[in-house]
Amino acid sequence: MALPPGVNQRDFDRALRAFETAVGEEWVFTSAEDVALYRDAYSPFKGEPDERTASAAVAPYTVEEVRAVMRAANEHRIPIYPISTGKNLGYGGSAPNLSGSVVLDLKRMNRILEVNERNASALVEPGVSYFDFYRYLQENKLKVWMDCPDPGWGSLVGNALDHGGGYTATTFRNHFDAHCGLEVVLADGDLLRTGMGALPAAKTWQQYKFGVGPWIDGLFSQSNFGVVTKMGFWLMPEPEAYLTGTVIVPRYDDLIPLVDTLNFVENSGVVNGMPQLGSPLLGGFFNPIQSELRELIEGGATTADLEAYARRQGTGYWSCTLKFYGPEKVITAGWEWCQDKFTAAIPGATFEDGERFRFPLRPEEIEAVTRNQAFGSRSGTLPEFGIPSLTMFSIGARSETNPNPTEGHMWFSPIIPRSGEAIIEANRVFTEAARALDLPINAVGFSLPTTYWNRAFIYLFGLPVTKDAATNRANRAKFEKLVALVAEHGWGEYRTPPAFQDAVLATYSFNDHALRRFLETLKDAVDPKGVLSAGRYGIWPKHLRTGRS
Amino acid sequence: MIRRVCRSGFSRDYLIASAVVAMFAATNAGAQEPAASERGKQVFDHWCAPCHGDGPGKPGTAALNALYKGQKPALLEERTDLVPELTKQFVRTGVSVMPFFRKTEISDSDLEALAAYLAP
Repeated sequence: MALPPGVNQRDFDRALRAFETAVGEEWVFTSAEDVALYRDAYSPFKGEPDERTASAAVAPYTVEEVRAVMRAANEHRIPIYPISTGKNLGYGGSAPNLSGSVVLDLKRMNRILEVNERNASALVEPGVSYFDFYRYLQENKLKVWMDCPDPGWGSLVGNALDHGGGYTATTFRNHFDAHCGLEVVLADGDLLRTGMGALPAAKTWQQYKFGVGPWIDGLFSQSNFGVVTKMGFWLMPEPEAYLTGTVIVPRYDDLIPLVDTLNFVENSGVVNGMPQLGSPLLGGFFNPIQSELRELIEGGATTADLEAYARRQGTGYWSCTLKFYGPEKVITAGWEWCQDKFTAAIPGATFEDGERFRFPLRPEEIEAVTRNQAFGSRSGTLPEFGIPSLTMFSIGARSETNPNPTEGHMWFSPIIPRSGEAIIEANRVFTEAARALDLPINAVGFSLPTTYWNRAFIYLFGLPVTKDAATNRANRAKFEKLVALVAEHGWGEYRTPPAFQDAVLATYSFNDHALRRFLETLKDAVDPKGVLSAGRYGIWPKHLRTGRS
Repeated sequence: MIRRVCRSGFSRDYLIASAVVAMFAATNAGAQEPAASERGKQVFDHWCAPCHGDGPGKPGTAALNALYKGQKPALLEERTDLVPELTKQFVRTGVSVMPFFRKTEISDSDLEALAAYLAP
């Protein structure tokens, strides 16, 4: 059995016995076979000496057990790495940042503590998955939705704490924004509740976020200051209806007023679904561009050539599908109002009505939505209706068009400004980088960002993890170059795998790394022995900071 | 309507009398233990079916369809050659983009039930 760094066998044995006393012998995992289940299934270091691996794992069932584990860990200076459902694939999975840490596996804490339909809120433990929660809503016929990300097996708590996003209405797509109240076990085993939860007789823990004084919830996201054991969420009341409509614009330069007008209709609160930027020319994830167009682009076609190609195809250059939730009369009027705004902003804009649904969906509608999503539709999809699935795992998996599946991927996901100019610049930068670095991403054509957030764009590139260590080493080096490259342009990742968290935090370097220095000051204060999630998002305890650039 | 889950050892301050319906969470705690084959089916439906079930949008089924090209059924539940050891190996080691599953997700006893359910 591997020892945690800096811990001798005697102290580790004592800690393990204390863990067994706290949670029961059955739930302390020390055999090589069991501990191997806490590797990162998508590790970019797979099979290399630098792969981050655990020394043991402990799986508590209650908050009191978590507290007992943390007290013992703190006493014996054992590094602990909490996970919720351990499915943060592409961003680290269930493996620790610091090899030799003991993984604190919270999957058994899977209680849905409250769903309040009148307040449209919930309180859950970290082991509850989106599948669990959706099943609970269905079984109890509750008319509320939980915004879910692509993979439905993830944790509501873990995903929100890692700043995950989803696909329903604006208010709910940013999962951390949609939370209300935390319960946190600190490094020494102390127990804290945030917001109104700090009031012993609180009746509004899931209704008002701030309580009084500084709002500290953000300190427990993408960090290592505590173990979140309960988390409140705001839910979306099931709407009456949903509709989509697509704006198509003819010219390349129309992208700029297209995004500006999109921002206006979203920030005005009229468009509340996740918009979908696209191009009738460029296909999508599942629909490669036509060979004639590919030949045009690879032959050095100008923008005018491509506009002419679009005209020949009887379509436009860009499109934007708008999505609306609400009363049918209201969203129908909203779509009409948006058409007026786009018509005024962009000469030649045309419009196509899209899907319409009323809720609850009938089983045959869910089946049709599932089928459309599987065949590449990016509107009227399952997560847009709060229905979790694993459909997105088709990316990278073996298929008719992908006979050589990967072993996983690592997400490179920079935030860029929400403007057409930024998209154009990002495409220039990424296309040049793809050629210079021989990146395994599609550098032909044009890449459009995702629109989880209504105030900024995100680009998502999945760099593959393979069975070949040399290829993985090369891809890691390319990833690090991308991190530096985007920082030069004033962009930065919103989330990143552990292998790159130091590098990413280092790019947030304003005023001689004032942010990192502040986080380290906090770390030293709330976890002076540095036992919790050492290195997570670049925050290291004092005794492990040596050698950091 | 308010739904709350109550478990032993849970703090009393959640046990508000009005509009409280005490229920058990998704893990069926307190329910009578199902027969092994029924448990195996439950484990399959919970953990495997979202990827390996029937119908569109199931990447595991699509992947096996692409791999076997009709030589074997793409649906695991239709296979007649899944000896228990094979099921256990894939669950605990994963393959391609399918990750492995920890014992807090699929316990050894649940894995036995699953392997028996899928066995010929």
